[in-house]
Amino acid sequence: MAGLSVGKAINRLEGRAKVTGAAKYAGEYNVPDLLYGYVVNSRITKGKIRSIDTTKAKAFDGVVEVFTHENRPKLAWLKLKYKDIDAPSGSALKPLHDAEIKFSGQPIALVVAKDYETARYAATLVSVQYEAEPFETCLETNLDKARDQKNAPKPTGHFEKAYEKSPVKVSAEYLHSTEHHNPIELFATTTIYEGEGKLTIYDKTQWTINNQVYVANVFGLHFKDVRVLAPFVGGAFGSGLRPQYQLFLCVLAALHLKRNVRVTLDRHQMFPFSHRPPTYQKTRFSANNDGKITAMNHIAVSETSEYEDKIEEVVSWSHRLYPAPNTLFQHKLAPLNVHTPLDMRAPGASTAMHAIECTMDALAYKLNMDPLDFRLINYSENDPAEDKPFTSKELKQCYEKAAEKFGWRNRNPVPGSMQHGNKLIGYGMATGIWDAEQYPSRVEAILNKEGRLEIHNATTDIGTGTFTVMTQIAADELGLLPEDVIFSYGDSKNPFSASQGGSSTTASTGVAVVMAVKALKAKLLKKARAISNSRLKKLEDDEISFADGNIILKTDDAPLISFREIIAANKGKEIKTTNLGKPHFLKLRKYSKATHSAAFVEVEIDRDLKTINVTRAVTAVAAGKIINPKTARSQILGAMVWSISKALREETILDENLGKYMNPNLGEYHIPVHADIHDLEVIFADEKDEVINELGVKGVGEIGMIAMPAAITNAIFHATGRRINKLPIHFDALM
Amino acid sequence: MEVPVNKFDYQQAANTHEASVLVTGNDRANFIAGGTNLIDLWKYNVTNPALLVDINRIKENKTIEEIEGGGIRLGALVSNADTAYHPLIEQRYPLLSSAILAGASGQIRNMASNGGNLMQRTRCYYFYDAEVPCNKRHPGSGCPAISGYNRMHAILGHSEHCIAVFPSDMCVALAALEAVVNVSDANGTRSIPFEDFHRLPESTPEVDNTLKHGEFITSIDLPSNGFSSNYAYLKIRDRNSYAFALVSVATGLALDGDMIREARIALGGVAHKPWRVKAAEDALRGKPVTETSFEQAADLMLEGAQGFKYNRFKIALAKRAIIRNCMMSLHPELQKPGAQP
Ligand SMILES: Cc1cc2nc3c(=O)[nH]c(=O)nc-3n(C[C@H](O)[C@H](O)[C@H](O)COP(=O)(O)OP(=O)(O)OC[C@H]3O[C@@H](n4cnc5c(N)ncnc54)[C@H](O)[C@@H]3O)c2cc1C
Repeated sequence: MAGLSVGKAINRLEGRAKVTGAAKYAGEYNVPDLLYGYVVNSRITKGKIRSIDTTKAKAFDGVVEVFTHENRPKLAWLKLKYKDIDAPSGSALKPLHDAEIKFSGQPIALVVAKDYETARYAATLVSVQYEAEPFETCLETNLDKARDQKNAPKPTGHFEKAYEKSPVKVSAEYLHSTEHHNPIELFATTTIYEGEGKLTIYDKTQWTINNQVYVANVFGLHFKDVRVLAPFVGGAFGSGLRPQYQLFLCVLAALHLKRNVRVTLDRHQMFPFSHRPPTYQKTRFSANNDGKITAMNHIAVSETSEYEDKIEEVVSWSHRLYPAPNTLFQHKLAPLNVHTPLDMRAPGASTAMHAIECTMDALAYKLNMDPLDFRLINYSENDPAEDKPFTSKELKQCYEKAAEKFGWRNRNPVPGSMQHGNKLIGYGMATGIWDAEQYPSRVEAILNKEGRLEIHNATTDIGTGTFTVMTQIAADELGLLPEDVIFSYGDSKNPFSASQGGSSTTASTGVAVVMAVKALKAKLLKKARAISNSRLKKLEDDEISFADGNIILKTDDAPLISFREIIAANKGKEIKTTNLGKPHFLKLRKYSKATHSAAFVEVEIDRDLKTINVTRAVTAVAAGKIINPKTARSQILGAMVWSISKALREETILDENLGKYMNPNLGEYHIPVHADIHDLEVIFADEKDEVINELGVKGVGEIGMIAMPAAITNAIFHATGRRINKLPIHFDALM
Repeated sequence: MEVPVNKFDYQQAANTHEASVLVTGNDRANFIAGGTNLIDLWKYNVTNPALLVDINRIKENKTIEEIEGGGIRLGALVSNADTAYHPLIEQRYPLLSSAILAGASGQIRNMASNGGNLMQRTRCYYFYDAEVPCNKRHPGSGCPAISGYNRMHAILGHSEHCIAVFPSDMCVALAALEAVVNVSDANGTRSIPFEDFHRLPESTPEVDNTLKHGEFITSIDLPSNGFSSNYAYLKIRDRNSYAFALVSVATGLALDGDMIREARIALGGVAHKPWRVKAAEDALRGKPVTETSFEQAADLMLEGAQGFKYNRFKIALAKRAIIRNCMMSLHPELQKPGAQP
């Protein structure tokens, strides 16, 4: 029977299309007379283009045009027009605007040709003379340049005094390298020129509407004439939250040439790009002998570009977990000659919790306390920073269930005490916290002529399972099977959705789906009652319900009228409603909202060679109701793999003398391989949340990778007695 | 798509002689076997051949067979995978199998040829980035690796001109086994002892080895002793698979009870060629199989080692790896997949 889909581990609906290659991505739409663009990137890091000679490239057989700052069509001149909805303060990059170079690899020309190889080859014929200027790209040597930001929470109590007086204290510095999102799908845009000022754009994005607005603003088009589609997205992890440069260049070429154009970036062209900013952190935490934290100071200095101030939420997290009476937080930005950073899976929090949870571990050791017990002593049902209750918080359950499953209590706390042959064994744990956001989202719900439910929303599905869970939610709400729901998404023409970022989509669009289907039900009921001698006329709303394509009597499930009959009575026409789903702002003001997690990790370290393996890991997550345990588990598993990557593997290597990234390929940008991944286990805590929204859902996209990097670091300490505070941890740091 | 851009000629050679004749005297002609290295370098604009001579259709040099004197001849056109899994190699030269299987990925090993493996070029970031100076790519332009990010670079045998390392795993085993490389060209054939095949960078880092342009590698001979009773290969790298060695060690021991009769040790990932030190091997002769013996040998092997800002750890790592691997060679059955520790 229909109506029981939510909570079921059903397979991804688009899975077959993806594994058989039927799913098409932005760079795979083959339209007639397509031209291909290839980007020329700057070789210098800072300075000016003295001259750019495109004669040879243009003369090459098959080349249609070469766009540079010298010949580009006139564009919006207002800086503001280049600001996409997700742009931080500052002035967004204006590609091909002038001769100025602000970072290595900045796009400086687009060669458009009749095929990709011609464009790619001709790009090597563009000759550029530069005037190089000195640059700064290294965070560590530019910490003193950092500017204070206003976003840090206000101090509470008197940190310095309290810290001074406290009997037990720990202070430490942390650093992590630049990381790039590196989704497997290359960034690409296919722009279809539909006639004067009208475009259909297939783009790799997490926010169709943001790119629609951006294109319309920059190129002076009407919003309604710009349609952005992203039916399939091969991973994005934040890199698709803002328009990337291939979109601008592709649209520029299409409009000017009045032709269909595609621009696909190479892997290495996705490095002069958005990324997770390297961040330096310093913490000072203190406690009383009973283990109660007395004071917390957290300072973060992160990289940004010289033209925009991208600032992550870093220093606010400790106080949302631990009730310390004295706190002092500071966030600074160091502007360097790099492109602007951008949110990357668990932005800010994965950075912060690495420092916070390693500091907590060190403090536990100073207190001679079990690290888990120390967390429990400082457990807070309320959000200490806001002094408000959480809508729900099952972190304690996460600790208990994960610790039990992992066997935490078998741990000998003495560093280096657990060994297996010539391997040192370490157990480490850490806590995770992430926001539970919901944004307004508009959904159109249609009962179509065949009696199937169509749902329309602009959101994307970046591989998270959105398509599947929205279908489940809609199916249950109208009492249909998932097969009878058609979810249309990834299209800016559909009703509004915010970005697919911050683990907010299931709550935002999910709630909007519920609201829209509820409205549709009311409309169906009204239409059904209007039919002469309908039995429904005599029945109250709460006496009936919807199941299997009928309106039924609750008492005996007897069908009263079928959807088909209602459609027939509606002269065979579909019935539709559009509704806005939004958070209950007023009610929620009294609450704090967050998801939580606990990670327990076992590492095995070679006694002599120091090579590190994460042999076992358990992550427990409290994230409200889980709509689909399979897709949710996949999210957490992916995040756990990424945690191993973040702690031990991946980094973008910057040569500070050259001011450029040296490993812009997947051979040398080391993400984990199968041989790096061993036993991973995911637990979802029972978390009933009747306050947060109609569905009781939070989100699971980021929470899985917030605790585990610190847990790995702590496990390494337990195995070796060494605290390595720079990520990724290369094994030789232990030599 | 009508016109191919980036024009180059492509010819299939019918035999080794023809292949050699086509390439000899043409600076911009290259043999292509599996293409797993050449095509990459081409895409990165590190090389730009005008003539590709496809050697895959050649009928010769495609077998692995026994030769006089008890050794084995590996055809240059046999794939790395077929070599590693060949019964003769698995049984008699398991050190070579282990080394090959610790390299690249299954897909790449299926394509990669034995000849190509010897000829693969360094993975130095600066060599691969055609936009920055590199003495190996553009002699005289400088070496940014020396003052740059040199984690993967050499600690032995480097020069002020180049600190790149030769990245092969297979060749570390071939060095330890004292293989011989057979080559031919229009003028005839010659055999190059493995230790003379690759070279140190000195002042001409653009030259990787002693093969002359146009000379064709026909086969690789393995002497009869494969050290199949006591051998081990160890590869230390930044992830457990699909990464080049930071340090690798191939060890083969011949024992008389607890005493070493003969030892072979070669290091990978530390120099411009597989690194062997005869004095270290000689010193082990007649010594007991203990960590102390191997430690002394390791010190001899690493004499003169000099690291840079990001790779100094390799000196200590190499020492520990040598000791570990020599001890491991007493229990070859405990080898882990991918030559992990
Ligand atoms: C991602 C990646 C990871 C890798 N990881 C490893 C690793 O961990 N360990 C490792 O050892 N290797 C590794 N490799 C390298 C791989 O082993 C080599 O690319 C391969 O062995 C080259 O063989 P090929 O037949 O494909 O050579 P090709 O690319 O066809 O040729 C390479 C060169 O050899 C020349 N050549 C080929 N055959 C002959 C011949 N018979 N005579 C004379 N010259 C010849 C060609 O002209 C060319 O200059 C990796 C490669 C890649 C792409």
